[in-house]
Amino acid sequence: MIQMKQVYKKYSNGIMAANGFDVNIQQGEFVYVVGPSGAGKTTFIKMMYREEKPTKGTILINNVDIATLKAKRVPYLRRNIGVVFQDFKLLNQLTIYENIAFALEVIEEHPKTIKKRAMEVLDLVGLKHKARMMPDELSGGEQQRISIARSIANQPKIMIADEPTGNLDPETSWEIMNLFEEINARGTTVIMATHNREIVNTIRHRVIAIENGLIVRDEQRGEYGYEG
Amino acid sequence: MVMKARTLSRHFRESFKSLVRNGWMTFASLSAVTVTLLLVGVFTALMLNMNKAATDIENDVEMNVYIELEADEVSVSSLEDQISDLSGVESVTYSSKEEELSSLIESFGDEMSLFEQNNPLRDKFIVKATDPRQTERLASQITTIENIAAVEYGEDKIEQLFETLEISRNVGAVLIFGLLFTAMFLISNTIKITIVARRREIEIMKLVGASNWFVRFPFLLEGIWLGIIGAILPIAVVSFLYYNVYEFMEPRLENSFIQILEFTPFIYQINALILLMGVVIGVWGSFMSVRKFLKV
Repeated sequence: MIQMKQVYKKYSNGIMAANGFDVNIQQGEFVYVVGPSGAGKTTFIKMMYREEKPTKGTILINNVDIATLKAKRVPYLRRNIGVVFQDFKLLNQLTIYENIAFALEVIEEHPKTIKKRAMEVLDLVGLKHKARMMPDELSGGEQQRISIARSIANQPKIMIADEPTGNLDPETSWEIMNLFEEINARGTTVIMATHNREIVNTIRHRVIAIENGLIVRDEQRGEYGYEG
Repeated sequence: MVMKARTLSRHFRESFKSLVRNGWMTFASLSAVTVTLLLVGVFTALMLNMNKAATDIENDVEMNVYIELEADEVSVSSLEDQISDLSGVESVTYSSKEEELSSLIESFGDEMSLFEQNNPLRDKFIVKATDPRQTERLASQITTIENIAAVEYGEDKIEQLFETLEISRNVGAVLIFGLLFTAMFLISNTIKITIVARRREIEIMKLVGASNWFVRFPFLLEGIWLGIIGAILPIAVVSFLYYNVYEFMEPRLENSFIQILEFTPFIYQINALILLMGVVIGVWGSFMSVRKFLKV
């Protein structure tokens, strides 16, 4: 499903954020990516949806090498990947419903499909009743649920999350995790970079630890492995 | 690129919205486009008329071929045949020194009639070439014919005129180019501000997989609108000005060999040019500013 082969990434300031990643991720897996700040977690994540391009190596997603993918093909790659961020990235001038519809509009979905899918995903994250509200009228946890709803609206096979609980209190974080679990249970591959030790140690999944641009640990049902 | 109708209508809506949202910037770049196109229009109209005048003058080049005083009537008529037989000669007209003098008296007054006692002028032929550019060659050929005293065709004046035209044409081109560049730069800045204001929107669009054309299209339209709206006033002003100039000049030039360009179709051509310029700088300006923002 996702295969990284000898992937290197050197930034223009000389930092080696990826020093030969070799990873295989199967369809339907749930993977935590852990490691200290600046170790290369975010680069690992960003290379998967081609926000960053590797300097060297191959990244196969469904047997397509996205490292050499032409820029104009990138949008079509991204339609198969849902991305969730720490800061939600919602548009504050649009209602909750419009935020989700927007993501479907810009990939030119049919209006009927847009309406149907938007209501479906809002229902899935349990916020159908807040469809007409504005993002800033919602709590952080609710906003993150909206951003998750948006990312799955297009029914992607892969879900990528960069510290999705980073801005949330512990209780809300668990709610978000339940949502990821549910999405994963439906067959979607989930790859999540996180600093949350409790979550990683409680909801056990595969753990990939990255330090200094190297994968130092890759365990099924692994532990967070860092103090605090 | 096949675009769905509802996508296209969305792009139109978005482009108008952002023109309104960035009111002051829109106004600034519209003013720049207007001033630029106005100057371009006026200048081009002027240039094209100067060109026309130059061509008219060029086409009216005549040679004065002076005949030796000793030549008798027989040799004069044989001279006329000889010149007519040269290739590239359009017409040969004989004008005696008496005729010359009476036309002088007509234009300069009776003082000239003093010369009637002793006419200092010479008999001449007025020769026109079929192609004005052949004038020089013909002149040198005619000079070699026996009984021809001199050939004159005011070469210095003509060359000077062409030189002046050439210089003003170049200066005009540089000026127009500079103005177009300024207007383009302003349009590109306006659109850059639009883009910065909507950066988050574009980022999300790119993340959920909107195609590059989808993101770019509204901005291109915005540039085109700026160009088209900016062309309205210049088109109106140039049309109005040229109409009045034409109405004023046309009767006064009736008997002259120099003519001003006809109001139609000239006005359609120059207005089409102004509009095209507006659209081109609009598209170019927005293209330049969108390019680097698309690399998300």
